[in-house]
Amino acid sequence: MNPHKKSDLLKQGTLELLVLRLLRAGTLNGWDIMQRIRVASGDVLSVTPGALYPALHRLEARGLVSAVWAASENNRRAKLYELTRAGGKQLEAERDIWERFAGAVEAILRDA
Amino acid sequence: MPGRLWGRLRALQSRGEMDGELEEELRYHLEREAELNVRDGMMPEEARRAALRAFGGVEQARELCREARGVRMLQDLWQDLRYGVRTLRKQPGFTLVAVLTLALGIGASTTIFSAVNPILFEPLPYPQADRLVMVLETADNGSRNPGTFGMYRGFAERSRSFDALAVYRTWLPAMSGAEYPERLEGQRVSAEYFRVLGMRPALGRDFQADDDRTGAPRVVIISDALWRSRFGGDPGIVGRPVTLDDNPYTVIGVMPGGFENVLAPSAGVWAPLQYDMSSASAWGHHLRTVGRLSSGVSVEQATREVDVVGHAVLDEQRPETYSPQTKFVVASLQEEVTGGVKPALLAVLSAVLLLLLISCVNVTNLLLARGAQRRGEFAMRAALGATRGRLVRQMLTESLLLALTGGALGLLAAQFGTGVLVALSPPELPRAGAIRVDAAAFAFAFGSAALVGLAVGLIPALHATRGDLREAVQQGSKRTAGGHQLTRRVFVVAEVALALVLLVGAGLLLRSMDRLFAVDPGFDASHLLTMQVQTSRRFDKEAAERFFARALEAVRRVPGVHTAGFTSQLPLSNDKDEYGARFEGDDPATAYNVFRYAVSPGYIETTGIPLRHGRTLEERDAAGSPPAILISESLARRRFPDQDPIGHRVHVGPVTGPGFTIVGVVGDVKQVSLASSPPDAVYITTAQWQFVDRTLSLVVRARGGAAALAPAVREAIWSVDKGQPIVRVATMDELLAASAAERRFASILFEVFGLAALALAAVGIYGVLSGSVTERAREIGVRLALGASRGHILALILRQGMMLTGIGVAVGLCGAVAASSVLVSLLFGVSRLDPSTYLSVVALLVAVSAAACWIPAWRAARVDPSITLRAE
Repeated sequence: MNPHKKSDLLKQGTLELLVLRLLRAGTLNGWDIMQRIRVASGDVLSVTPGALYPALHRLEARGLVSAVWAASENNRRAKLYELTRAGGKQLEAERDIWERFAGAVEAILRDA
Repeated sequence: MPGRLWGRLRALQSRGEMDGELEEELRYHLEREAELNVRDGMMPEEARRAALRAFGGVEQARELCREARGVRMLQDLWQDLRYGVRTLRKQPGFTLVAVLTLALGIGASTTIFSAVNPILFEPLPYPQADRLVMVLETADNGSRNPGTFGMYRGFAERSRSFDALAVYRTWLPAMSGAEYPERLEGQRVSAEYFRVLGMRPALGRDFQADDDRTGAPRVVIISDALWRSRFGGDPGIVGRPVTLDDNPYTVIGVMPGGFENVLAPSAGVWAPLQYDMSSASAWGHHLRTVGRLSSGVSVEQATREVDVVGHAVLDEQRPETYSPQTKFVVASLQEEVTGGVKPALLAVLSAVLLLLLISCVNVTNLLLARGAQRRGEFAMRAALGATRGRLVRQMLTESLLLALTGGALGLLAAQFGTGVLVALSPPELPRAGAIRVDAAAFAFAFGSAALVGLAVGLIPALHATRGDLREAVQQGSKRTAGGHQLTRRVFVVAEVALALVLLVGAGLLLRSMDRLFAVDPGFDASHLLTMQVQTSRRFDKEAAERFFARALEAVRRVPGVHTAGFTSQLPLSNDKDEYGARFEGDDPATAYNVFRYAVSPGYIETTGIPLRHGRTLEERDAAGSPPAILISESLARRRFPDQDPIGHRVHVGPVTGPGFTIVGVVGDVKQVSLASSPPDAVYITTAQWQFVDRTLSLVVRARGGAAALAPAVREAIWSVDKGQPIVRVATMDELLAASAAERRFASILFEVFGLAALALAAVGIYGVLSGSVTERAREIGVRLALGASRGHILALILRQGMMLTGIGVAVGLCGAVAASSVLVSLLFGVSRLDPSTYLSVVALLVAVSAAACWIPAWRAARVDPSITLRAE
């Protein structure tokens, strides 16, 4: 288990990167995305709904994801998000940036 | 700035819809969280509350989601705008043509709107102007008569329909003090005049009832314009003495600068009537009545009441000057002032809107062509993830940019245009002082620019982004090219049709003007100089007679003058001096409404009015001799169908006056306008009229040019007495032209619009054919290579163009036949279906189209097959 407090201060840009990556694997609704981030990060990262939903809406407004309404169990309607082609390209670009950033930080930490 | 506004509006509009969805999405999340809590063992109520707590600020989340949408939209639009500006700057030629075309259409429309707005849409510039009315009398034959002071008093005392009632008449006082006497335009009014209108003087005070009593000190209110021009804006103006018509007056007030006197736009000075009820003119018809209805009283109610009151007054007082069949009517002032000119204005408004439509069609075609060329660009953007809606929005932004730029230019042009319009406008154009580019015109210009921008951009945007854009990356996709070509051709046909409608209108009006001026006015109008001479009130009848006689002698001695004469009213110059005439032996109630001309002997000969029977007036018809009168032909025919009128007697004017003996019959003369029928007229000498005519018009027949004699003739009159103002100097030809001013005004505007439409249509045809030739370059190359002659190619393209024109002409003819009914009230002597006009317009249009087709056709014939076949 992690002795530190769960880090729930994901920066906006990083959050969007993670969302895009998750959506590449499949179409998800907001609740599922929140769970996935927690589970896939081994409980290190979690995001509040108050940050996630605005992020999803921003992505949708930019055309990087598109929304689809589907009936789920109990006759509820859930809003599902899927990655668009533009989103896929954006994911690649953001991932490059992240890797270069992470690499640079790692480089300094190693050598300094 | 419009982009942001648009974005906000759109966000607002779909907000409701998106809010619902947002709610549903967030609720779903909360339910899932609550479920988890229940599974962990919480009670449902507690589970929900825990879920809410875990969410964090729901409201805040909602706001952030909403914001994300809105802000993004604004950013998108800002991006669209910048991209649009860049694109337009890269194609300066296209942008320039489009902007100028739109500026033409919007500028012309805004100019006409400024003229039409004060008359058709705005109320009169007075508080609660819809309460203002005029009280009118109609005689048995239906014609309108001016009112009398006696009747006004009757209404004022007995009628309950009015808050305020006033009468007025024209007053043209001579102001002395400067080198030459100046004649001012003004009104003599009753004390409540300004109260009726709801306006107060800006300086000093309004008239009171005391000022209006007979014998009260003479006071006068002046206009702001007069105060500044003649008194230099003197702040001490109130209380200053001024001499008018040789009488001392005191200035008691100045009207505000913004005051617009619709009843007499150029009036600069007002004085109370100071009427004496016992005077003979108390029942003379020479006043106009205006009133303000009490609240809750409608025009119909007022009319009924006024008719009842009026007849009660007639029954009591039995004035001679009224026939029992007189009807009293109340009519809205707005309608009275603007009603006459509405048909002409509506016609002109229709014409300019047609022009706007044509310029829109032209620009739409341009955009269609550009859109087809840009399909590659759009395909790339679509591949990068842009939705069709986004692309359409982009193109609409560009067309809006074009339209708004065109609108701004058009607004500038309208500033200039309204100045020209006011200069050209007929003098009786109501509310001419209100024609300017004001806030309403501004709103119109930008409103129409926005609409135009959306309209012209929509179809090209839809076309350019249609179908599977990936195909379009390959050039020359035939299927889509054909589609947009067809649309362009349809638009060109529409343009030609609209241009034809406008040109037919212009042609019909031109022919009307021709016919109008071919009408015989009843006298010889050539080489005739006229001017109006006024004598001061100092002169009694003898003195006035002497002055005019000596002036006439002096004028006759001027070299170049053939003959000269005086008359109390001049044909075709807005004089309307009407009296009742009763022939001896007739029932006194059957009076004829006649125009009275008090003339000097020799006037009939000078003007060239033909003598039909008997003799004209001569020197011997002086004071003391038996009163002699001439009557007009049509009056003689009606009253004396089988008899000789010579020798019969007739009373004109007040019954107490002498009877005149008819000594001659003269030809009819058009007095009011060339288009209306000549009125019944009588002629007497000034000497034999019992009252004095202080203002007479001089008529001079020149041997050569009439205008050149004006200075010499004026000097001759002033050599007799310098103190008498001379105004309205004009040749008869000028007066004739001015009498048709309203028709001419509409005619000029139609011609200008028609020519502009013709030019635009020609450019449109040229554009479409050019585009067609460019796209068919390969096909033409193949044809040439296979042996077609260049002449054949030329004919091919020409035929294509002329066929478009032909269809346009056919459609346009139907449209013109329908639309010409708008013009009917302006036409004269020409049927709205006049075949020769239609034929000439068709011929003109065909000729211009052929010229426009020529260049592309010639270019097509010069295509080098080896080049086009190689380029793939």
